[in-house]
Amino acid sequence: MDHPFSEIADKLMTPEAAVRKFIKNGCQLAIGGFTVTRNPMALIYEIVRQKIRDLHLVCHSNGQGLDVLIGAGCVQRLEIAYGGNGRYAPTCIRFKKAIEQGQIEFEDYSNFQMSLRFLAGSLGIPFIPTQSGLGSDLLRCEGFSKATRQEPKVANKKYSITQNPFCAEQDPVVLLPALTPDVTLLHAQYVGADGTVRIKGLNFADLEQAKAADIVIVSCEEFMPRDEIRRDPDQNCLPGFMVDAIVPAPHGAHPTACYGFYDYDPKHLNLYKKTAADDGLFAGYLQEWVYGVGSYSQYLEKVGADQLAKIKADPVLGYAKGLDRR
Amino acid sequence: MQARQHRSSPTEPYTQNEIMAISAGRLIQNNDIVFAGTGVAMLAATAAKRIFAPQSVVFFETGGIDPALEEIPMAVADLRVMSGTALNSGLIEAFSIVGHRKLHTVAFLGAAQIDKFGNLNTTCIGDYRRPKVRFSGSGGGNDVASLASGVIVFMQHEPRRFVEKLDYLTSIGWYRGDDSRVKLGLKRGGPLAVVTNLGVMKFDEQTKEMYAAEYYSGVTPERISEKSGFSIDISRAKEAVPPRDEELRILREQVDPQKLIL
Repeated sequence: MDHPFSEIADKLMTPEAAVRKFIKNGCQLAIGGFTVTRNPMALIYEIVRQKIRDLHLVCHSNGQGLDVLIGAGCVQRLEIAYGGNGRYAPTCIRFKKAIEQGQIEFEDYSNFQMSLRFLAGSLGIPFIPTQSGLGSDLLRCEGFSKATRQEPKVANKKYSITQNPFCAEQDPVVLLPALTPDVTLLHAQYVGADGTVRIKGLNFADLEQAKAADIVIVSCEEFMPRDEIRRDPDQNCLPGFMVDAIVPAPHGAHPTACYGFYDYDPKHLNLYKKTAADDGLFAGYLQEWVYGVGSYSQYLEKVGADQLAKIKADPVLGYAKGLDRR
Repeated sequence: MQARQHRSSPTEPYTQNEIMAISAGRLIQNNDIVFAGTGVAMLAATAAKRIFAPQSVVFFETGGIDPALEEIPMAVADLRVMSGTALNSGLIEAFSIVGHRKLHTVAFLGAAQIDKFGNLNTTCIGDYRRPKVRFSGSGGGNDVASLASGVIVFMQHEPRRFVEKLDYLTSIGWYRGDDSRVKLGLKRGGPLAVVTNLGVMKFDEQTKEMYAAEYYSGVTPERISEKSGFSIDISRAKEAVPPRDEELRILREQVDPQKLIL
């Protein structure tokens, strides 16, 4: 091989180029990670910077990435199970505001339901049964209008209840429509020079989200040589041919956590909490941390080497031992 | 439990979250598979394992199964739920455990509102589409309420939270009482207890209506009645055993020394 990255040369790109190439106004987007962990923030900040509009987000439990996208006015529509950021925001602040002020269309499901919908999409099946949700208002209250239900990639019903066809007795089941997002964004610890993806810690529903999508963009902390990532293939989770764009982004999940690399950043999440509650302060936050920052390395300079050292993970524990998390 | 009563000391003061975590922890048995949510639920699950039921297993909907919990996680996706685990997986795998027919799974949940049948609201106050107040939403709450063997709920005991009618039914409890939950098609589960800042509520075996089972020292059954927005049977209420000094010490020094939740 003449160049270490020759196999993925056409997929290797900057956040700027990946977002410009694949994220269109109005597209349906899934974000990997979960609340305070492994949100693909380098890509999300770039979506904000490029002022992408009318996104349709499909989420299980999302946190920081969801809140920044909603706060920056990028989101028109949401299918969601949970919007929260641990103790820094039991309910995501801009998400809460947008719903209370009627700024976005939204519909609620549960985490298992959303994960199953991604799983159905990843398997190429049109719907999937579960008994989760029976009797609850998740099945009684709809958020989308009739017009919205006509749109591509929006199911024409929120759910359907039927009887188990393999059972003589009454056995109701909930059928949920599959999800096939236009684009899924993930942040992984490692990508091999052959494009193989390795996620450490919990993978949440990242793999179902990726396999359900038309386009997959993976940002990563580090690259590994081809032989090295193939020396322990049990650790790998996606083959390179499932991935459309690979974006080098060390600390690319900041201020959320990345197992084995860094913890969530309490200082930044507390700053966010303070500013997100106020429209004026939040505009200032976006200006200072997103619009006014030319590149991700410039963003990390603003975070500061001292702070990055504080949140650096213990390589054995996977988190920053004794970090002041107040 | 009897022996504990004699050894307990009434002198050590304790906070609401401490008594709630300890009261809930006491309800966990060895070999229970415990599903923990965020907040006090996380504290109670950790306390259960450290104090009452060392053979219980704590797991999280995000896929972290039996973590070491040397530091308390402050969210279910905290890196601390992935450290020293038996297995790191994902949501689909976690929910396959919640509903597994051969496991006794108990979930700790919190809510903004509860009704007398233990149905929970974690979604909104007011109209669903244009709510006065929006909360985080179901997360995995609806799923564990539907599928787990049992649910233990944490609540602040206030009339606006213990309501006749929920603004939104996020997670199913005993539904409309009697056998209505089973009739919905849910094969097992239902709320076992509601642990509040005043005491421990349980559900009548027949009607599935909530009643006051225990009140904490310094609280009266009448106060539980006053603080409930629906009529609640207090005739069966007994004074709760106060936390032992040793239990409080473990909670403070080992479970949550940074006071992230306490």
